[in-house]
Amino acid sequence: MNVPEDLLYTKEHEWIKIDEKLATIGITDYAQHSLGDITFVQLPEAGADINKSAVLATVESVKAASDVYAPLTGKMTKINQDIVDSPELVNQSPYEKAWFVIIQVKDFAEKESLLNPSDYKKYLDELAK
Amino acid sequence: MKNKALKQTPLLNQHKDLGAKLGPFGGWLMPIQYEGIIAEHIWTRQSASLFDICHMGEFLIHAEPKNIESDNIFTFRLSSMPLGSCKYGFMLNETGGIIDDLVAYRLETGKWMIVVNASTKDKDLLHISGNLSPEIIIEDISAKTAKLDLQGPLSGDIISQLAGEGIGGLKYYQCGNFILLNRNVIISRTGYTGELGFEIYADRQETADIWDIILADKRVKPAGLGARDTLRLEMCYPLYGQDIDDKTTPLEAGLEQFVDFKKDFIGKNALLKQREEGASKKIISFISDTRRSPRHGDKIYSEDKEVGFVASGSFSPSLGFGIGIGYVENGYDWIGAHISIRNERSELAAQITDRPFYRKGTARR
Repeated sequence: MNVPEDLLYTKEHEWIKIDEKLATIGITDYAQHSLGDITFVQLPEAGADINKSAVLATVESVKAASDVYAPLTGKMTKINQDIVDSPELVNQSPYEKAWFVIIQVKDFAEKESLLNPSDYKKYLDELAK
Repeated sequence: MKNKALKQTPLLNQHKDLGAKLGPFGGWLMPIQYEGIIAEHIWTRQSASLFDICHMGEFLIHAEPKNIESDNIFTFRLSSMPLGSCKYGFMLNETGGIIDDLVAYRLETGKWMIVVNASTKDKDLLHISGNLSPEIIIEDISAKTAKLDLQGPLSGDIISQLAGEGIGGLKYYQCGNFILLNRNVIISRTGYTGELGFEIYADRQETADIWDIILADKRVKPAGLGARDTLRLEMCYPLYGQDIDDKTTPLEAGLEQFVDFKKDFIGKNALLKQREEGASKKIISFISDTRRSPRHGDKIYSEDKEVGFVASGSFSPSLGFGIGIGYVENGYDWIGAHISIRNERSELAAQITDRPFYRKGTARR
């Protein structure tokens, strides 16, 4: 599974790219692979406030529907309409084209709860056992 | 259930080598997908796919035709099937509920093969042997039988190259004995996808050789149970345990055409009564307004009244939107009706439609 070095992660298989006050959020290669062919993505409205652990998006694959949770608290500044129009992008390009939302981070202390790439890799290894 | 407790197909290593995602189905560890459900689905509709179906059960019935004529087990008459034909039907319980759906093959004048679902096989065997007259022999050949399904518009050409041109003479729902890789196999022109297709029954020891030689043809790719499910749902073929079960009758499920009321069978009185009084629930098929898909267990609403539930639901790879099968109270099943599908997380708008969803299938060509 591809786990880029410049991102942070959650145990719910989201990735977070922090750039000053903004955080770009998506789902990991492991997540897209486990879900299989993604057929539908629902995103929140840009401008909305979101709390850490609240439902950020809904992703459906052929076999199942699942929720994506907000890894940080903040205000949604941008959503990626491309993945709503072409959900298969989430399978094809989970870290590049298929980012989900960009949020303005409210509380950087929450960053402490995120996993660095090596801890996320270890977590994936445990799951594979 | 832990994977360790599951039964294994003879092709498990092949599936692993092909990178399959494996999962439990009907008590077996089976390939769910290889390349991806959508890609496998589309390939089956355009070219041909090979499915490992070794989990399903097979019984042989040996009987003098006159002795089996009065069986009360099946909803159709084994003794009136033409030699070399297949027939779909049911075994019912006393209340008309479906114990299993099955396909019977008349292999010889006094020999039939019954193909049943994996999860119901043992209960089916008990039910049949408990109701057959003693001079009739039933034999469970599941453990020594392999079943591979080759499905897709190009499957006729592919199977003819391997098992001889004679197979081109098979019509839809016919079967026969053929030679494949110098071995005797039974092949029927049947399937569960809506496409032209063949089901191959061979000795279990030969499974891997047959699997490999068919996959050596580059027009064929392996497909898993995930694609099998989306393919069958586009055709509105029922899945036992999900769309039909022992609490659902063939009348409720819209499958009355597979019941011969001129014959006696367990559950017939219940069906006759239901036919007279009307079924309280009716099967419907419906399409979502969007790519969002209905799911098994979702509730069906007509305006603000809960009227039923979703039995099977998925994204349709051929059509590009959500499709589903469900049951609603009698009176809410009219084609064109707008319904809403709800669960804790979402609500989606849908419309009842006639079946099947997919109409370009090549099965009967």
